Amino acid sequence: MSMNRTGRPTAPVVTAHEGFASLTDGRGLLQSERLIFEKKDYTRTGVDFADIEIAADDLSGLLREEDMGLPGLTEPEAIRHYVRLSQYNHAIDLALYPLGSCTMKHNPRLNEKMARLTGLGDIHPLQPVSTVQGAIQLMDVLARWLKTLTGMPAVALSPKAGAHGELCGLLAIKAAHEASGQGHRRTVLVPKSAHGTNPATAAFVGYSVREIGQTADGRVDIADLKARLSDDVAAIMLTNPNTCGLFERDIIAIADIIHAAGGYFYCDGANFNAIVGRVRPGDLGVDAMHINLHKTFSTPHGGGGPGAGPVVLSEALAAFAPAPWVVSGADGFDLLEHGEGESAANFGRMCAFHGQMGMYIRALTYMLSHGADGLRQVSGDAVLNANYIKASLSDLMSVPFPDGPCMHEALFDDKWLEGTGVTTLDFAKAMIDEGFHPMTMYFPLVVHGAMLIEPTETESKTELDRFITALRALAEDAVKPSNDKTRFTAAPHLAPTKRLDETRAARFPRLVW
Amino acid sequence: MRFTKEHEWVRDQGDGTAFVGISNYAAEALGDVVYVELPEAGRVVKQGEAFGVVESVKAASDVYAPVDLEIIEGNPDLGNDPEAVNAVPESGAWFVRARIINPSQLEALMDCTAYEEFLGTL
Amino acid sequence: MRYLPLNDADRAQMLETIGVASVDDLFVDVPESARLSTPVDLPPFAGELEVEAQMAALAAKNLSPSQAAFFVGAGAYRHHIPATVDHIIQRSEYLTSYTPYQPEIAQGTLQVLFEFQTQVARLTGMSVANASLYDGSTAAAEGVLMAARVTKRNKAVLSGGLHPHYRETVETLAHAVGIETEALTPAIDAEADTLSHIGPDTACVVVQTPNVFGTATDLTKIAEATQAAGALLIVVVTEVMSLGLLKSPAEMGADVVAAEGQSIGVPLSYGGPYVGLFAAKDKYLRQMPGRLCGETVDANGERGFVLTLSTREQHIRREKATSNICTNSGLCALAFSIHLSLLGQTGLKRVAKINYQKAHDLKDALSAIDGVEVLTPRFFNEFTLKLPKSADQIVEALAAKGVLGGVPFSRLHRGEGYENWLIVAATETNTEADQAQFVAALTEVLA
Repeated sequence: MSMNRTGRPTAPVVTAHEGFASLTDGRGLLQSERLIFEKKDYTRTGVDFADIEIAADDLSGLLREEDMGLPGLTEPEAIRHYVRLSQYNHAIDLALYPLGSCTMKHNPRLNEKMARLTGLGDIHPLQPVSTVQGAIQLMDVLARWLKTLTGMPAVALSPKAGAHGELCGLLAIKAAHEASGQGHRRTVLVPKSAHGTNPATAAFVGYSVREIGQTADGRVDIADLKARLSDDVAAIMLTNPNTCGLFERDIIAIADIIHAAGGYFYCDGANFNAIVGRVRPGDLGVDAMHINLHKTFSTPHGGGGPGAGPVVLSEALAAFAPAPWVVSGADGFDLLEHGEGESAANFGRMCAFHGQMGMYIRALTYMLSHGADGLRQVSGDAVLNANYIKASLSDLMSVPFPDGPCMHEALFDDKWLEGTGVTTLDFAKAMIDEGFHPMTMYFPLVVHGAMLIEPTETESKTELDRFITALRALAEDAVKPSNDKTRFTAAPHLAPTKRLDETRAARFPRLVW
Repeated sequence: MRFTKEHEWVRDQGDGTAFVGISNYAAEALGDVVYVELPEAGRVVKQGEAFGVVESVKAASDVYAPVDLEIIEGNPDLGNDPEAVNAVPESGAWFVRARIINPSQLEALMDCTAYEEFLGTL
Repeated sequence: MRYLPLNDADRAQMLETIGVASVDDLFVDVPESARLSTPVDLPPFAGELEVEAQMAALAAKNLSPSQAAFFVGAGAYRHHIPATVDHIIQRSEYLTSYTPYQPEIAQGTLQVLFEFQTQVARLTGMSVANASLYDGSTAAAEGVLMAARVTKRNKAVLSGGLHPHYRETVETLAHAVGIETEALTPAIDAEADTLSHIGPDTACVVVQTPNVFGTATDLTKIAEATQAAGALLIVVVTEVMSLGLLKSPAEMGADVVAAEGQSIGVPLSYGGPYVGLFAAKDKYLRQMPGRLCGETVDANGERGFVLTLSTREQHIRREKATSNICTNSGLCALAFSIHLSLLGQTGLKRVAKINYQKAHDLKDALSAIDGVEVLTPRFFNEFTLKLPKSADQIVEALAAKGVLGGVPFSRLHRGEGYENWLIVAATETNTEADQAQFVAALTEVLA
């Protein structure tokens, strides 16, 4: 028989040693990638357009002659650049992303496919309305779903994000007060636990903010609320479930109190995922609430946007909704873009055109997929998952409001870390080494060293158990008497980048290359 | 040197002018200071009115006038060297030099001992 | 339910761990009167097949630009987007990540934002840019607010060339915070009128180039007059492709540029989501709205990027924030950045020249039709016609012939005297056949 004696070994002989470093800046599958500007090639381009000669007589004196300094990449170079960079990102598609109050749930790919349909993704906002009847109908159907799910009679679709929705809601409230001779009402009540956007938005529209206190069980202190009422109160801004992940048990009483005082009830709908399909904010006395389509209705977070923040409105506020309005008649659907007819009292316009259509398509696709029964299951499973995490960790990690169930997010504080030399930040960074995105930390501000965990309903029990196992192991290690806490204090050890110097970035801002 | 409950200090130079800054305690609570915004010369600020902003990575605070002041100058060094606020808050890292408009207001502020006691209650 | 991984066995085990009997028991804090015992009155669960059919039926009721001769612009433009763009933005790592709060595991997004900021700065000629805002109109409004903060004045002059939707968005936001606005009469050439309204109480002047009628304007004189009055010049650009051919706003003296970036990388999508570009002179850095990404080093001294100067933002300053903005337009900013990287200045100039030529060819062809008057004296890829009849009726008649022939100005602005004005745009996507179809249809409609 003939033998090949020059083959390669087929089983490992030598094991790798620690502290191995490559000879260049390569790191196996993780490629280092420079800025596109460092390639300094301004001649190349990745598009094939002819270089035509134009006369441009009419633009004499207006033509750009300076060098722009914009590098071009051919397609293979561009793909490499962005794919390499992508490897440095954590994502929902990779592992649990339990950022409390952000609702990082799975983003169905059908949504993406629908947003790109010919006739939806490519139509222009100013085509004649006769040529976009399907698009306006889609907005109308979305509006019906949002109104039915919230039990509210009207919705303003155009706000482009949650904070933009808050602004829209407060502007509607302001317009309503002015229309009824109550323009002197300039104070907004905000609980201490509120999202930072609430006071920011209130101040933005010229309202002064009055904080209201919290009870020992993490809810609005009704006695304090009553004490802070006055005849200049325009509204209360309340998140429900609140930022501690708890349902405001006295919500109906709170609504009654604010209404009796002549104010409106603005509800921050950031946490709607906890109650969708089970509780209608309209039944709780809410006058305005924004809905983050990128949270509850699964439109992608996209590295920080775009979001969408439609605002549902009560009968009292509906007339003041901003342009455009969707209306329907015998000739089909129409858009009222100028404060005409029934929209005459609108307070203005939140943005050019009609809002985040691409997000409407995705959100509606998600709603149609789940249906009324599926959405009810969404909130049930979201709350179940959060309580499962709370129950599985509360023997090791301290819970500031232990009585009763939480809603869709489990809140821990840092009492259990006292004296360990490990902070909430250290603990969160150590989670990165275990393959998870940290939870929201140091928020809400009312809880010391807060850790707010929102798993969402799209996590399987297997994934939750992996997460719980990792957190238990970390928690046990954190409280172990030992002088060496570098697992935490120097974490992350295994991330592509070590902890970054934020002080330097802020002291010497370098924002462009 | 006298202090306010908002953690500003004022050091009377005895010639009708004073230096104003923020206390050790405030500098430590803010963390790494990255930016200081100071008023222009000639501005008159009433006691308790904000005349500047101090920013760290994680927090931003207004700085209030401990007494009625007419600003002579902002500390020109803090623009390039905001970390001085962490290093020498109660000496070199003064925020403004100003004319004291109403010297009697100084009396009502805390002296060092009273401020230390006040800090103990926080 | 295909998106919900838990089954009943899982739920039972988990309820046991929690120590309650049912999921309903977890909702005990909800007042009983508000607890729904059955699903709301909406259709039930549907599979992919059914949902796709429903959405396709809605899409089919719209006339897609790909099935028409398409000349609509006025603030949103149909450009060719390379296939690479949509492929990359659908990668999980970009699509399903969030704001880079944990920079150690978000360097991909952060480096992209840093590159985006640099691209925006270079494209506009300005020294700093933020990581994007919602869209061009809200960027313009934020610019006005910033100018009021910087100048401590309270009045904005809005040029008659400004897109009326932008004007309304600025007015809504400015009035909400107590800033006065003076909106000038819409005009093809708005420069002289704008100049005459700049005064000592002006916080800013908002001008647009090319303006809503397509007119390209030299802003140098307005910039000088604005700055001489101690005010800021905010330059709005709704068609950023024009910057491949026209002088940058910075070169003409802009203090702030607020632009709609949709033309580069972002599909029309019936008006959103788009991407607001916001760039300014260095000295206004700390007064800028929106997220900023900055360069720094990590614990090993390696270069990295973080969100920075966040003390301007709402989550720290709360009621003292420069703006109430939380999100940027991340994924659209990514799309913009990829498309602009593919173009480079070489490709951008080429596309810009093609846009110019197509629009000017179209103008020549349309102006030969009886009764059609071209109002715009100099333009990039968009111009305004005065027609012998109501533009509103004409676009409907054109649509019936498979031509989406532009935007009647009266749709954007309800003033008298504009009923017959039609804003028409042409881009690299238009073919000779499109142009011939438009000319034939308009000739017929006007006959």
